[in-house]
Amino acid sequence: MADRVGLAALLIAALCLVAIGSQWFDGPLNSLVVLILLLTLAGVGVLAWRGGPEARRLLAPYGLLKPGMLWLGLFFLAPLYSLLRISLSTKPSRFSVEYDFSWAFENYTTAFSEFGAQFQRAFTYAAVATVLTILIGYPLAYVIAFRGGKYKNILLGLVVIPFFTSYLIRTIAWSTILSDRGVVVSALDAIGLVPLLEVMQIMDNGRLLNTPAAVIGGLTYNFLPFMLLPIYVSLEKIDVNLMNAANDLYSSNTAAFRKVIFPLSMPGVFAGTLLTFIPAAGDFVNAQFLGNPQTTMIGNSIQDQFLRQNNYPLASAMAAVLMVSIAALVILYTRFFGTEDLA
Amino acid sequence: MSRSRTTVGKQILNVIAAFGLIYLFVPIIFIVAFSFNNPRGRFNLVWQEFTFDNWLNPFADPGLTSAFLSSLRIAAISTLIATVLGSLMAIALSRYQFKGSNGFNFFLVLPLTAPEIVLGSSLATLFLGQNFVSFGTITIIIAHIMFQVSFVALTVRARIRGFDWTLEQAAQDLGASPARTFWKVTFPLILPGILAASLLAFALSIDDFIITFFNSGSVQTFPIYIYGASRVEISPQINVLASMVLFASVAILAIGTFAGKRKPQVHLRKTRRAVRA
Repeated sequence: MADRVGLAALLIAALCLVAIGSQWFDGPLNSLVVLILLLTLAGVGVLAWRGGPEARRLLAPYGLLKPGMLWLGLFFLAPLYSLLRISLSTKPSRFSVEYDFSWAFENYTTAFSEFGAQFQRAFTYAAVATVLTILIGYPLAYVIAFRGGKYKNILLGLVVIPFFTSYLIRTIAWSTILSDRGVVVSALDAIGLVPLLEVMQIMDNGRLLNTPAAVIGGLTYNFLPFMLLPIYVSLEKIDVNLMNAANDLYSSNTAAFRKVIFPLSMPGVFAGTLLTFIPAAGDFVNAQFLGNPQTTMIGNSIQDQFLRQNNYPLASAMAAVLMVSIAALVILYTRFFGTEDLA
Repeated sequence: MSRSRTTVGKQILNVIAAFGLIYLFVPIIFIVAFSFNNPRGRFNLVWQEFTFDNWLNPFADPGLTSAFLSSLRIAAISTLIATVLGSLMAIALSRYQFKGSNGFNFFLVLPLTAPEIVLGSSLATLFLGQNFVSFGTITIIIAHIMFQVSFVALTVRARIRGFDWTLEQAAQDLGASPARTFWKVTFPLILPGILAASLLAFALSIDDFIITFFNSGSVQTFPIYIYGASRVEISPQINVLASMVLFASVAILAIGTFAGKRKPQVHLRKTRRAVRA
């Protein structure tokens, strides 16, 4: 009984905070919501105080969850509601701070018609970067997990260390490394690889910086640990004896890898794909420092519309589309490749 | 025949892995090296000559220094609050079995799977529509706690998954009050997990750019200052401070590994002492 009360009180309190934060009501109704919130919290408090040890034990988990859940209700859920609300609002004029809720679906049609290319680029770049992180991260994780021996932890530390420098500084460093008179371009020029890379559309007019390849390279670099670490964790769990058993049963190493190791490492690849693709699709830092105006991603457009044009309704509509399409992709992906132990 | 093919395969794999490791370190070597550069002009992007000047005057760029300090301040406050909130949630989720725990577990993952730009812009829309707080240090702290809470809760939950909760029962059977049990038995045992989670949360806060960018108003944190400055000036002090953070983290990591290895001995010694006494 007490646990039901605790759960209900937690949910009611969170709902009240969402309602207050995103201003569902105004005037006296809002005060009523505040009153309900306070009464709920006081009610559970009284029940815990008077209810005896058994009730306290049942209420304890909800009490422990409450501060964090209420914080997330107010600053994670309520914002999502107000994002959707503003995305359906119109602004009287460009410079006004006010906006009126009016079911303005034209924000969404504008988002698609004017920023379709940015959406497409964001998802394409993020997908290519995700594949590249698997191609680079998997062998590295495999070597560390199975051949690291006593250097395993040191190697793992080496993989993580680069990410203790700031994200922005790393990206700016790449823009210098890839610049026209930088090390990489000069080296490629000296070996004579430039024409080949231009045919492969990696370089453009002898330039490496400000190309789609540079943006994808930056995304790959910055999100590599999010792929590598989950893969490492799932490889590390595999019992080496399984590999020996496969060999004893006359399986070749390749077949043993394909039939034993790789399937067992799938949870890592799955989690890594989500952890890489989602932030990469919303990123705007790499496209800004390593790209050109023709390689902007949807993150750049949201940032520009929100913070520079102050067009909050349009920016919110784009953010909402990004959020919903990523959620849809994640659900589809989970249905087809999903594993049980994601979280 | 098959054996030689496997060794060749092994070598190829090692080479790919080595290239991967080099790829990870290219910009880092670059950042550290350029902290010793004496640039001509305002952009520290072309190698000129070796100098120790930047390391001798790491705080020569006043804007950068104050941004760095405000980043540290924000990270300290937000990490403290997020660690308390997140650890309580982690204890609730691993200590008790209760109605709705699956739902809460799922809900906790959501903030970590939403793209940062969605989290940042949606939180900004919340702050836009009210008059209680204006954009600045407070909104940045609120935003950081928001993404740190989930992170701390999930990390601590993972670290204390194997914790033996019957120890609490044992302490209470021996007459300890619930409060005493928590502070004397439970807390010391889960503290390493909480500390590890809070260190990572601190790092997340210091480095966060996208969410902060939407909610910072005119306050400059370390990443925001670098972003703004990168158009007009890239001073070598940026590289010096970045290298300092890097070396400090490596030192913490090394001490952590070293301390982690020593721990069993300490336990053993304590137990022996206890037995002798």
